[in-house]
Amino acid sequence: MAVEKFETSLKKLEEVVRKLEGGELSLEDSLKAFEEGVRQAAFCNKKLNEAEQRVEMLLKQKDGSFGRVPFKLDDE
Amino acid sequence: MDLFGEKRILTVSQLTSLIRGVLEENFEHVWVEGEISNLAMPSSGHLYFTLKDAGAQLRCVMFRASTRALKFKPRDGMGLIVRGRLTVYDQRGDYQLLAEYLEPKGLGALQMAFIQLKERLAKEGLFAEEHKKPLPRLPRRIGIVTSATGAAIHDILNVLNRRFANLEILLYPVRVQGEGAAAEIAGAIRDFNRLAAADVLIVGRGGGSLEDLWAFNEEVVARAIHQSRIPVISAVGHEVDFTIADFVADLRAPTPSAAAELVVRSKGELATEVDSLVHRLRQVMEHRLAEFQGELQLLSRSLKDPTLLLGHLSQRVDDLAARLTLALRGGEERPSQRLQFLVNRLRLQNPGVEVERGRELLLGLENRAERAVWRRMDSAREGVAVSAGKLEALSPLSTLARGYAIANRLPDGAVIRESGQLMAGDRLSLRFFRGTALCHVESCKD
Repeated sequence: MAVEKFETSLKKLEEVVRKLEGGELSLEDSLKAFEEGVRQAAFCNKKLNEAEQRVEMLLKQKDGSFGRVPFKLDDE
Repeated sequence: MDLFGEKRILTVSQLTSLIRGVLEENFEHVWVEGEISNLAMPSSGHLYFTLKDAGAQLRCVMFRASTRALKFKPRDGMGLIVRGRLTVYDQRGDYQLLAEYLEPKGLGALQMAFIQLKERLAKEGLFAEEHKKPLPRLPRRIGIVTSATGAAIHDILNVLNRRFANLEILLYPVRVQGEGAAAEIAGAIRDFNRLAAADVLIVGRGGGSLEDLWAFNEEVVARAIHQSRIPVISAVGHEVDFTIADFVADLRAPTPSAAAELVVRSKGELATEVDSLVHRLRQVMEHRLAEFQGELQLLSRSLKDPTLLLGHLSQRVDDLAARLTLALRGGEERPSQRLQFLVNRLRLQNPGVEVERGRELLLGLENRAERAVWRRMDSAREGVAVSAGKLEALSPLSTLARGYAIANRLPDGAVIRESGQLMAGDRLSLRFFRGTALCHVESCKD
């Protein structure tokens, strides 16, 4: 599920930052880590902003299946 | 009817029937209080007990049809208020109270039912911490089980709209009070699970009396919440009292609005977390690059040292050779041919010449090495510039646009994540979506 991928990505980003902050990496590896971090950050942000605000109502049909209709408050 | 005027002989059945008539007519609707004893509930489902006080006893029976409406379980020793009518059990000649309604003395029936169900479910482990599921860190679709016309959905949507939460909301309309409400609520929770239609559920309603909230104290609802694989937030609008649903739920919110806040906050926290990681990533990379640059300068400086060292060595060789000649001259007025020959050969072998050649070679190598390293640095810097450009396009700005600000302590620029990093009198730079502000810290609180 997308949610899990987000969590994995966030964890990777954390690891990358921690590794870089450890200061043990060579220049080459630092750059690689940095690029990886940028990639993960971009993914996290994409996931955070992905969902749209949408309000629907779930309606049970006679045959037991479900339909969805947009839901509005009466006073809107 | 004059039973005593003449010698009229009745059968036992006739007399009993007469007595029954008298009792039933005169004690058709009585309320009586006492303590339960000899409680029995055989498989017939009828309830038998004796109601007593210090001075008397009264046999009571409650038929199964009436026991079904009981919200609590009577127990021996319990004080009861009973409504019913008197009748006679012909076969035994006992009179008894036919109970139609019971309520525990002191507590209302609902309260008693609440306490008893709570005890029972707690013993079964339904409220145990280890059953509590964590809320998803990035909730995408919130399922809401409540009335489509009640205050709860209204409050929840208000919060979510105000916070621009980018969340999908799926309302499952149910009745939240009255007969059948509990079954509908439980059914909705099960349907959400079956359809896997949400990653967190808010189950609740606006405030009301204990009777209004009763559906959330019913066992079916408790069981449905307990069995839900989707984490459930209970949100019964009653700040003070807990419902059974509150105890079983993975998280209890005091009101529906609070439940919505909880869900949104977890998403906002995530956005902040990502932003702060991006910030750290950038800072540490800039820092590391500066370090590498410093190291490089140090190295390229120390690359020159060997040539210097070799220079010194060759000088020393020259020096030694000269001193040797001098010593030879001084020691003997005329050095032998042989000696002169040796000195000349030594001159020819002067390592200084070799050293000179080596020095040139080394310089060439050094230049090549230095150029290669600087080339690598340049491309590294370009790479970082490109990536940093990407970062720039990332969220800090969009986050700032949402009204967040980044606080940097001056002069070191450290990002402030908790007030503990600050002391009164510190200076801060607050960065907003547009522009910055210089601030003085007046005081700090946790």
